[in-house]
Amino acid sequence: MDEMSKTSRRAFLRGSAAVAAGTAAGTVSAQTPDPAITELQDWASYLGAGVDETPYGLPISFESDVIRRNVEWLTASPISSINFTPIHALEGTITPQGCAFERHHSGAIELHKDDYRLMINGLVERPLVFTYEDLERLPRENHVYFCECAANTGMEWAGAQLNGVQFTHGMIHNMEYTGVPLRTLLKEAGADISLDKWVYVEGADASSNGRSIPMEKALDDVLVAFKANGEALRMEHGYPVRLVVPGWEGNLWVKWLRRIEITDRAVESREETSKYTDVYEDGVARKWTWVMDAKSVITSPSPQMPITHGAGPMVISGLAWSGHGQITRVDVSKDGGITWETARLGKQGDTKALTRFYLDTEWDGAPMLLQARAMDDTGYVQPTKEQLREQRGENAVYHNNCIQTWYVDVEGKAENVEVS
Amino acid sequence: APLKADTYQIGRLALSEEIAAWDVDVLPDGRGLPVGSGDVFTGEEVFADQCAACHGDFAEGVDNWPVLAGGFDTLADEDPIKTVGSYWPHLSTVWDYINRSMPFGAAGTLTADETYAIVAYILYSNDMVDDDFVLSQENFADFEMHNKDGFVLDDRAETEYAAWRTEPCMKNCKEEVEVTMRSVFLVETPPEGGSNSV
Repeated sequence: MDEMSKTSRRAFLRGSAAVAAGTAAGTVSAQTPDPAITELQDWASYLGAGVDETPYGLPISFESDVIRRNVEWLTASPISSINFTPIHALEGTITPQGCAFERHHSGAIELHKDDYRLMINGLVERPLVFTYEDLERLPRENHVYFCECAANTGMEWAGAQLNGVQFTHGMIHNMEYTGVPLRTLLKEAGADISLDKWVYVEGADASSNGRSIPMEKALDDVLVAFKANGEALRMEHGYPVRLVVPGWEGNLWVKWLRRIEITDRAVESREETSKYTDVYEDGVARKWTWVMDAKSVITSPSPQMPITHGAGPMVISGLAWSGHGQITRVDVSKDGGITWETARLGKQGDTKALTRFYLDTEWDGAPMLLQARAMDDTGYVQPTKEQLREQRGENAVYHNNCIQTWYVDVEGKAENVEVS
Repeated sequence: APLKADTYQIGRLALSEEIAAWDVDVLPDGRGLPVGSGDVFTGEEVFADQCAACHGDFAEGVDNWPVLAGGFDTLADEDPIKTVGSYWPHLSTVWDYINRSMPFGAAGTLTADETYAIVAYILYSNDMVDDDFVLSQENFADFEMHNKDGFVLDDRAETEYAAWRTEPCMKNCKEEVEVTMRSVFLVETPPEGGSNSV
């Protein structure tokens, strides 16, 4: 830590001097020739790894920081628990599957494609059983969507708790899914698709994670997915088949999907009564809070990503998303919300998908209070934590989409704070 | 109305035995319950064998494991205690979840009568029935939970969206800004390894 602080300070002083002298960035002259250039390096002389060395590769060891992490005290058992995507270190919008967060209620199960069965029953003309091979014979679609746990940022309701964007906002991933629209399977079974009907979905694992989905959503954009980011789902993400429920809380994205039942009312299972209901200040709880509202966060700088280059040009990078549709705009503040500048979108956001934003700016070396504020194509503006608390109190547990603040000090280190 | 258009004729008809094996969910009105019954005393024995190691002898919870009893009228408190007794709206969910997913690590191993007995014992632990209470598929639907009216539909569209869909302030949005709270847990990023004990 000391070494890092010294480096930061040196970098900070050097950067300040450069700004003071009006020197253009990138033209700072070296005092002595750089041995990384003047000395023959091993990799420029010897041989690298052969193509037969790594049939399926992992990231280079220098990227060992870019991993899922869990926080042991959050849950009673690591089997029914959560871990976090290293969003502090990622760029763009697609989450690498190998470090995309996990949330299980009875662990990640191993279910072979040969053993996989999907049943559709209930209010249908033909209750059906599909094998995995059957699903691959139906017309498929590709879509990119975010999956955000309803509890993402949930620890932050009562205050600033965990000091890292991985921990405050990392219960999220964003993948390109390939799958069959749920409506196609409902049609195969001759389901009663009246809008007062419900679709109950459950997984093959011990927890089952049963949830009720209203027919309107089931007919709209729900996918029965078997590929993500080009390859089979990972075991921990529901191999071989999971439900994709665009824009809606991650708990509904039932993994290891084994049964779809058409019912005349919601089942009101454990995961939509005891859990995934939001207690407001008056003690009354909201149920069926399915949609994830517009949200954003600055991923760098952030507590795990301090500024190490000193003052001068810098990139503020972050993610925005909305369960209601597309992100149309993200504003960034460096002074805790007094003044806002509109950021640049990495590319036009897909609907109900992560969108990258950038503010290309100049750091003068003074402390900053960084915030981002997302807007979606319904005109909804991401609220402050105070606005949310006024509506809901501090015990809602789920659906915390508040504006996050990072305090950046003169050394470039960042901390999770709340501001007035 | 059922969809009438052409289908791909993929999949095969599910047999009634298969549906019976997998379709075990119970609706709030009791539909889906099997025939059976269980009393508080039997439930106490089964609970001691199968449940108490995590949930405590009196369903009060051990360590971080879920508390199943008590916490009545705490939902508006600073730290609400959400249990089967204080929070859950339907008895069907208790039966369904225990039958399907408990005990943790050996789910699906309880008989219908054992599940009835465990549910009866949990109700007793919540002081919601006397110690001679017998629960069965016949009296199940009559039972009303304490917090049955404690849930309302998602109303964000009315309470929040309408107010928050406005052009936001860009300049001079507040007089001054103060840091009011700093993060409580200083999570350091470990150089390697995936777990973080804070």
